[in-house]
Amino acid sequence: MKRAGFDSRWLPILLLLPQLSIIAIFFYWPAVQALRSSFYLEDPFGFGATFVGLENYLRLFRSSEYLKNAWFTVIFSVSVTFLSLAIALLLAVKADKVIRGAKTYRTLLMWVYAVAPPVAGFITLIMFNQRWGPLTNFFELFGWDFRVRLNYNDTAIAMIIASVWKQIPVNFIFFLSGLQSIPRNVVEAAMIDNRSSVSRFWTITFPLLAPTGFFLLITNITYSLFDTFGTIDTILRNNPGDNPVTLVYRVYLDGFRGQDIGGSSAQSVVLMVLVLLLTVFQFRLVERRIHYN
Amino acid sequence: MTNLKKSAVLAALALGLSTTTAFAQTEINWWHGMGGHLGDVVNQIATDFNASQDDYVITPVFKGSYEETLTAAIAAFRAGEQPNVVQVFDAGAATVMGAAGATIPVQDLLQDNGVDFSIEDYIAGVRYFYADTEGKMIGMPFNSSSPVLYYNMDALTAAGFDAPPATYEEFEAMAPALKEAGYIPLVQTHLPWEFVENFHSRHNLPFATNDNGYEGADGTEILINSPEMTMHFTKVKEWLDADLFGFFGTGWDDNQAHFNDGDAAMYIGSSGDFGGLTAAELPFEWASTYLPYWESITAEGYQTFIGGASLFAMAGHSDEENAATAAFFEYLTSPDVQYMWHRETGYVPITTAAYELAKEDGHYERSPAAETAIQQLSLQAGENTRGYRMGFYVQIRDVQNRELARFLNGETTIEDALATIETEGNELLSRFAQTQQ
Repeated sequence: MKRAGFDSRWLPILLLLPQLSIIAIFFYWPAVQALRSSFYLEDPFGFGATFVGLENYLRLFRSSEYLKNAWFTVIFSVSVTFLSLAIALLLAVKADKVIRGAKTYRTLLMWVYAVAPPVAGFITLIMFNQRWGPLTNFFELFGWDFRVRLNYNDTAIAMIIASVWKQIPVNFIFFLSGLQSIPRNVVEAAMIDNRSSVSRFWTITFPLLAPTGFFLLITNITYSLFDTFGTIDTILRNNPGDNPVTLVYRVYLDGFRGQDIGGSSAQSVVLMVLVLLLTVFQFRLVERRIHYN
Repeated sequence: MTNLKKSAVLAALALGLSTTTAFAQTEINWWHGMGGHLGDVVNQIATDFNASQDDYVITPVFKGSYEETLTAAIAAFRAGEQPNVVQVFDAGAATVMGAAGATIPVQDLLQDNGVDFSIEDYIAGVRYFYADTEGKMIGMPFNSSSPVLYYNMDALTAAGFDAPPATYEEFEAMAPALKEAGYIPLVQTHLPWEFVENFHSRHNLPFATNDNGYEGADGTEILINSPEMTMHFTKVKEWLDADLFGFFGTGWDDNQAHFNDGDAAMYIGSSGDFGGLTAAELPFEWASTYLPYWESITAEGYQTFIGGASLFAMAGHSDEENAATAAFFEYLTSPDVQYMWHRETGYVPITTAAYELAKEDGHYERSPAAETAIQQLSLQAGENTRGYRMGFYVQIRDVQNRELARFLNGETTIEDALATIETEGNELLSRFAQTQQ
């Protein structure tokens, strides 16, 4: 069999060039800049800089506050990823079975997808308003004095709820289409063999959904680490106080808001390494167990 | 060519000519962080300035929050695209003033362009906050405010009082009756500004070494771990636990809302809240008085210093543009403009002449609360009352907010909280000093 290919070796390079230059300009160049400034303490206006070696990094790992932020980021990301995937899957499985009014039901579930992160944060602030928020009042019925932006844990819970709520529709859409692409004959054959719908789900449906699930796992981890910034920012309104912050938000606080270029560059390099490790882990370990066909 | 086309070309030429004439005017721009009603007043000032003369045109540009405005100006400076005038807030002052080549001292700018300048024309509490070690004014104070105590007159009456407390001792005596009358006696709105920075000024206590940091970034250390701070916050926590004080987080609005809703009898806020409170048409009588002080620390309270922001003239522009900036600053500090700004926003007028004008006009008979801050800024001065100059102060404020909120939430002791602020604050200060080398 003849392999399809290019006659010239320059044509593929030419075709790749636009994409490569975008990556170079918007990723590699800033990444190299960040790496360079992470070894300096620099005047924001660019008048002076002191080379400090690894000090910007060592300082982070000495800081109990940074480690606390890192730990919060882990808890936050795991909770957001797990909850938004689990709830979306449950809704998708149920929606898949609905026959009458299915369209309305699905549209309503997908609606939230159109909400921008800052708007999601703003809605959260209204729902959890310290004095008259409907959810604050609801929690009060159970004797829970919920105080967002005052109590560390309460703020964390509000952030998680807002981020999960915002992410469920995307996952729902993917899970639903994943479910609908499972061949009917497989499902029907399973129905003859096994009467329990729960065990049919875990043995047949779930493994067949795995490719979709893996894709969503990666996008959801990325979402919870990076795309929740807008939601968090709207809740904290530039004033973290005694409230939880994620590592990404901390880069913004120190670098953009506080003009500590060296310190925040070191933090972004740490984040870059973490994302790299995470990606390698996902593709090496998790993906091997997934069957695509 | 048809006639229509011909006339179109002529019209275009004429337009070109007229724009060229307009270009003879020097254009400058002004980046600021004043949104909403404040932004409207800023635009009004610019429009009035442009109408007042034919040589210069200033264009104000809203760049978002104070932090965003500063970051945008720094990025623009590094790219050689900096604005002529930029608004910088109090906590960002050290960053801008540390970069000496980035700005032109406002005093030099005015004097070089033949504008009469005397620092004595400015109100005492305003004069030196944005000045250098020698007392030269570097930034032009613009929206200047100071923390004051607002009180709900109906609440005080209900509890049987006819005047607000002048000292924290008096507050302590009054608080139980206010609680009895169904009110939260007191809330604050900005822990670092009201309970730390101005607390030091009000009691004439040193807030940092190196003359509160004015002598330079090198070796400056924060002096927050003091018996006075420990005493104050221990008291605040006692009040909080006894429902004599309300704490609703480090956000401004979360706390002030309790006063606006009529739940809190008093709140410590900004003199610049005056405009907003007036516009809110609260259903109760309210007024303002000086920020309380501890009689046990000082027999008589000292002046506070200004918060808010100032305007800096950025370097790297032509002489013509700098002349335009100087002309704008001269216009901005004129009594009429200052009085208009003061009346519309509640920020203090920065010159004595503007203050006199407001008095003559009967502004303070109509709204006495508007005068509180100016009088407070003119109280007795001490060696520690001009302000502070610390780098990375935005982060130092974050640390203060975090640790003090932790203490008030019962998660740490005041000794540990103050020690942490001191350690982390000093680390940030020494890092800032390294950026300045």
